[in-house]
Amino acid sequence: MTALIPGERIASMIASIVPGAVAAQDRGAAWIRAETWPAVARGLRDGEETDFKFLSAVTGVDYIDHYEVVYHLTSFRLNHRAVVKVRCGEGREEPAVPSCVPVWRGADLQEREVYDLMGIRFDGHPNLKRVMLWEGFPGHPHRKDFLR
Amino acid sequence: MTSSFLDNAFFRNIYCNLASSDSARCAGGGPFGDGLFPPGWEWFAFLVTAFLTVFVVINGALLGVNAYIWGERRLIGRIQGRPGPNRWGPFGLLTPVADLIKILTKEDIVPAAADRLLFFLAPFLIVVPVLLVFAVVPFGSSSWVADLNIGLLYVLAVLSVESFAPVMAGWGSQNRYAMFGALRAVALLVSYEIPMVLSLLGVLMIAGSLSLVDVVHAQSVPFILVQPLGFLVFFIGTVAEIQRAPFDLAEAESELVGGYHTDYSGIRWGLFQAGEFLATIAGAAIIVTVFLGGWRGPDFLPSHAWFFIKLTGVLVVMTWIRGTLPRLRIDQVTSFAWKGLLPLAALNVVLSALLSLIWPAPTNGELWIMVAINMTVAAAALIVLGQFGPKAGERPTPAPVSTLREATPGGGN
Amino acid sequence: MSMRTEPVTVNIGPHHPSTHGVFRLRVTFDGEVIVDVEPVFGYLHRGTEKLAEERTYVQFVTLTDRMDYVASMTNNQGFVLAVEKLAGITPSPRGVWLRMIAAELQRIASHLVGMGFFLQDLGAFATPLMYAMRERERILDLFEMLCGARITNSYMRPGGVFMDAPEDFWPAVNRFLDEMPGYVDEYESLISGNEIVLSRTKGVARVELDALINASISGPMLRAAGLAWDLRKKHPYEFYDRVEFDVPLAQESDNWARYIVRIQEMRESVKIVRQCVQQIEPGPIRPKEVPFLVRPPAGEVYSSIEGPKGELGYYIVSDGSIAPYRCKVRAPSYINLTLLKDMLVGWRVADMIVTFGSIDINMGEVDR
Repeated sequence: MTALIPGERIASMIASIVPGAVAAQDRGAAWIRAETWPAVARGLRDGEETDFKFLSAVTGVDYIDHYEVVYHLTSFRLNHRAVVKVRCGEGREEPAVPSCVPVWRGADLQEREVYDLMGIRFDGHPNLKRVMLWEGFPGHPHRKDFLR
Repeated sequence: MTSSFLDNAFFRNIYCNLASSDSARCAGGGPFGDGLFPPGWEWFAFLVTAFLTVFVVINGALLGVNAYIWGERRLIGRIQGRPGPNRWGPFGLLTPVADLIKILTKEDIVPAAADRLLFFLAPFLIVVPVLLVFAVVPFGSSSWVADLNIGLLYVLAVLSVESFAPVMAGWGSQNRYAMFGALRAVALLVSYEIPMVLSLLGVLMIAGSLSLVDVVHAQSVPFILVQPLGFLVFFIGTVAEIQRAPFDLAEAESELVGGYHTDYSGIRWGLFQAGEFLATIAGAAIIVTVFLGGWRGPDFLPSHAWFFIKLTGVLVVMTWIRGTLPRLRIDQVTSFAWKGLLPLAALNVVLSALLSLIWPAPTNGELWIMVAINMTVAAAALIVLGQFGPKAGERPTPAPVSTLREATPGGGN
Repeated sequence: MSMRTEPVTVNIGPHHPSTHGVFRLRVTFDGEVIVDVEPVFGYLHRGTEKLAEERTYVQFVTLTDRMDYVASMTNNQGFVLAVEKLAGITPSPRGVWLRMIAAELQRIASHLVGMGFFLQDLGAFATPLMYAMRERERILDLFEMLCGARITNSYMRPGGVFMDAPEDFWPAVNRFLDEMPGYVDEYESLISGNEIVLSRTKGVARVELDALINASISGPMLRAAGLAWDLRKKHPYEFYDRVEFDVPLAQESDNWARYIVRIQEMRESVKIVRQCVQQIEPGPIRPKEVPFLVRPPAGEVYSSIEGPKGELGYYIVSDGSIAPYRCKVRAPSYINLTLLKDMLVGWRVADMIVTFGSIDINMGEVDR
């Protein structure tokens, strides 16, 4: 069975990589400060007991008062999984997160999709263009305030 | 006087009924006694008969195309486990007619950017040369339009004209898919023309003549046995030259949409299709004539019947190949021609030259000795080539990207 | 002598015989050699994830069909498993067995389509495709018996399935299971020894395993590179721990390996379905206490299954209402295209089409 690492464990793992990177934690996930995310990502990937070589999914979620990017990580060797979240600042203006494409190339298309549909900017992404919709499409459809 | 369509009893009869006094050709005269036309008008009678012959042959060929389209679709249908066309006419025999009506009534679209002269000329250029091939094919023991003394050379020359058509169509359409198809067609032609011509040299040495009629007369043993390597190379070369699977790169549907005829529609597209099927029939007819003994066969069937039975057999094999094999890649196709077929054809030439030095005019028994020798050498050559030739999975990797120039930004199709 | 040449940019698609839907590739060629590839998506984007926020959990099952439309059953399965995990529903055993039967049959059907079009892209003039469609037709007939629909099944519900299999289904599925291995042998005898197929696919578009993992590529592509990662084994959802099957592997990670892994997976799926048919017992197909309007508690879940094309994941955020607050689909087809450029650059036009076929994508799922 692929075990889901509880929020406290993953938070302590992250804290041992980059002290002070964890902003919050709950039962299932750990929140990370956006500015530390690339370093944390690299540590999670290369760490002996984390070994998250595989980035399953990148999701953008609109929580009305802020946006979050959710990363689902998998380790093939240790057969475990973890959920890491990054909060894109406060409010709805100009949400941005550092890109993790240098760490996981698998984030490439997924971050572009989040950028396209949720409007979250990924700083450092090599090719941040819209995927599903065309350039110039008004708005970002997955936002809760998007109206047809 | 070279022999021509007047060797055929039917057309000679017509001619003799028209011409009044051509004692050289019509011993005993026609039923009209002095003939329909006055003396001195033999040329006109000849002309009329010639037109009639050509009319029969061309329409026969086009009907053959229809029959072949139907046959191929039915056969491929059976290969693929489905019935094939079966709606129009008995067994769907009228399907090609329905298709023809459909493509005749379709809109003829010409791309705005097309080079109109080339675009319009290409479909005709693909049909006409193939029709010319039928001029020298002996359909029966005395049925041919003309028995040229350079028959084989004529066939090769005329068939190579046909390959201008893809280039003209590809360039004329101003379409990149079409251009890819045209370039592939050229690459294919350049590669396969040489082994094909070489493979015929052996036949010429044994038959001692370029005339297709003489070649058939020389085949007391079918040349497929005497020249197994020559047959192999020529068969593969023909399939490649007429661009059928597995060599249909020039119009590869899954890669280039339609290749050089991507932008054609309506009857112009139909002409491309007709040309392709005509070329298949013509190629099969040449194979039958040169290697399978042409019209020759046991006496219980007329000579025409033997010819058409053999023709059908070759066409069925070609259809079978088409229904079974996937397509090769362009570099594999060309390397196969240069590294596989060309050595085989060259070996065949050397061997045939040696054998015809020993037996300049082979009798039947000597031909059988040749069969034994050639078969042994062919088997040995194929085994050696299979052992040491290029193998699957050992191809060189493609050209390094770094040597290529930086791709142009922007643009588009 | 060197000739000055210009690279040529060609649009492959969105209307092209072998782009498997409406997909566009802007390819730059140097002669026949590929220099640059830029995939362009979105021609089939229907906003499925947004639509999920407007629908109840059961209603969204219908929309999952429309994502990977050659593998509707596995899409259903992935979604209902996520909902069950989120709402704490225990499915009834008969429903689970039926879901497994349907999902494995669907895997066979999806691999048949993948294989058929892969060989079609090789230029095999539709013969293998017709063979593949012949067997797929029989699977679709079985689906028709199960739920009345052939492509867009919407067969599964949180808790089980919506309809029990009719009596006629069992002899029919047994007959199919008896015949399918013979059909697979038929493909192998037609294709797997064919010199042209071998020379066209072996060694073409190789990718290293590390690159595949780093690019989040999953499913048969990963197993063709020699990594035995199959969620049915590693994370046995449903009753996959009660059936025995092998995970087919290949080491070469080229087009040939991806093809042969799919062929072997069809054989394994036949084995799984056979065991499911033996182990299924009478009983309710769906617990009575599961309401029609599933109302999971507030929270979130990520649940993934081994779809025919790779890891098919559903990430659902619930706010306690009858509709998901956010529903994200981790579409394997989409993510498997990440490495497309690396795989194609340096190869030729014909290889591009074949490689594209060997990745086995479905545009309905890529664009969602």
